[in-house]
Amino acid sequence: MATITFIQHDGTSRDIPLTEGTSLMQLARDNRVPGIDGDCGGACACGTCHVIIDREWLAAVGPRNAEEKQMLELTPDVQPGSRLACQIQTTGALDGLRVHLPEHQM
Amino acid sequence: MNTRTLLPTTLNPTLRRLAEQAITKAQATIPIPLQIKGAHLFLKAKQRALKQAPVRPPVETPLPPVEQLALTEIDVSNPFLFRQGLWQSYFKRLRDEAPVHYQPNSPFGPYWSVTRYDDILAVDKNHAVFSAEPFIVMGDPPEGLGVEMFIAMDPPRHDAQRKAVQDVVAPKNLQDMEALIRSRVRDVLDSLPEDQPFDWVPTVSIELTARMLATLLDFPYEQRHKLVYWSDLAAGSAEATGGTADTDETFIGVADMASHFTRLWHDKAARRAAGEKPGFDLISLMQGNDDTKDLVKRPMEFLGNLALLIVGGNDTTRNSMSAGVLALNRYPEEMAKLRADPGLIPNMVSEIIRWQTPLAYMRRMATCDTMLGGQFIRKGDKVMMWYASGNRDERKFANPDAFLIDRDNARQHMSFGYGVHRCMGNRLAELQLKILWEELLPRFSTIEVLGEPERVQSNLVRGYASMMVRVKRAK
Ligand code: HEM
Ligand code: FES
Repeated sequence: MATITFIQHDGTSRDIPLTEGTSLMQLARDNRVPGIDGDCGGACACGTCHVIIDREWLAAVGPRNAEEKQMLELTPDVQPGSRLACQIQTTGALDGLRVHLPEHQM
Repeated sequence: MNTRTLLPTTLNPTLRRLAEQAITKAQATIPIPLQIKGAHLFLKAKQRALKQAPVRPPVETPLPPVEQLALTEIDVSNPFLFRQGLWQSYFKRLRDEAPVHYQPNSPFGPYWSVTRYDDILAVDKNHAVFSAEPFIVMGDPPEGLGVEMFIAMDPPRHDAQRKAVQDVVAPKNLQDMEALIRSRVRDVLDSLPEDQPFDWVPTVSIELTARMLATLLDFPYEQRHKLVYWSDLAAGSAEATGGTADTDETFIGVADMASHFTRLWHDKAARRAAGEKPGFDLISLMQGNDDTKDLVKRPMEFLGNLALLIVGGNDTTRNSMSAGVLALNRYPEEMAKLRADPGLIPNMVSEIIRWQTPLAYMRRMATCDTMLGGQFIRKGDKVMMWYASGNRDERKFANPDAFLIDRDNARQHMSFGYGVHRCMGNRLAELQLKILWEELLPRFSTIEVLGEPERVQSNLVRGYASMMVRVKRAK
């Protein structure tokens, strides 16, 4: 089974079955992964779905889009692998992806 | 200072540029309070010369039910709409019949109203087409008082200034503040009178927010009520929001605020220069950041950013503190749910903020011709995003007028706005409300609202001037 691993700030992790054709934010919310608020429902307008992608996965996930860059600019604790989970579409190619959660959402 | 508002519009461009340069230079050298006084004198002289009447606060008259009005007559800029309990019906009619609505004749000039959740979100996100400059209130503030705040700036200027100060309310800093906030909440609650009527607004809501602000700004604690007074003046101008603050009083208040903050700045700078470790308050953060370390030399920006934190963090949280008590009294079944499961507090906090929507709107200006909801909006048009309406949009929230502490999408309220201007203090506001309810619940067996609260006169601030309550301690 294809899975995505969400790693909490305290190090605990959970494997979530990968459903294709949704966003990483929605996948996390549907599976009640704590630490992702997604207050704007995926419109790239709230910055509360901040995640950090493992470096080796950055290419597979693709670059930040322009709107997302703007929101991430204002996110505290932004890191090179920072992304907004609502802007990442889930595909089979992301099987095994490791996603870290920040300590806080903005 | 907003040089544009000071200069006659008829100046030719070259003269105008020279005059602007001169004013900017003066701003950097003349002490701020004098500048404000100067602007005040200038405004008075101009009013005398042009025989203009100074703006006076609007007078309240009963408004008609919305069914009696033609769509074109609906004017939601009226500062008495909330107070008279009519706002829900007015906005519902707009959402259903004219979700992007034009009102050409209002005391605040012509404006568009955007009233559905999805349309508001689209406008708020699109800062390139819908600019937050020059002001986010409906009318223009008194001439000469156009202080510059990053809430009313577009990127990239906005981003640089916000980044300089946002750490003061970043979640990490809040963790350290939590214990302090809690102990202050306990102090205030422990001293409430038992079983006799008192006014919740000054005793609890204003007191707690004033203490918080004094901490964020490292402002002399015993003078904290000045912060509240300045904030009320800044948000209450008749020109800007239809409020009750008088222009002369506002100028005097702002000059006083300017002198206090200028002194605080120089005092901190001197202590830092003498080798003292900088604190984690707002001014110390500004002084430690390259973009803002000389902010005191750009007085209107300096004042604007301080005013922004004071106003942003004051009314809004204060009125949410009162709103929670009111809502739980109006919906006793929700109080029962809360008593049965205090774990609902965080979700309830979001629901309180949705239900109240402490700021009714933010304003934008169209930077180019554009279409929205089938309407043609012209470059330069004023566009109001009515969060208060979006939060009651039945297309987004089921049974939207009801207060439901376990509402599953309560967090998706738009009271904090969206996009680059999304509220910087949202986590602090949530934290203060969460702590308040965690401390209230075990302490009091009843918190009873007596009669109707008195609502504030404003088209922006949705708040309570007074609310009588009686509490009984838990045995
Ligand atoms: C329930 C409480 C609060 C509400 C409802 C509220 C609401 C808002 C709204 C509607 C905006 C503009 C959003 C937009 O244009 O999209 C805003 C921005 C802002 N708020 Fe709040 N606010 C609250 C508490 C606070 C607190 C406690 C602080 C600070 C201590 C604060 C500081 C600010 C600042 C600095 C901005 C400007 C952000 C920017 O332009 O980037 N607010 N707030
Ligand atoms: S859910 Fe709001 S930015 Fe991703």
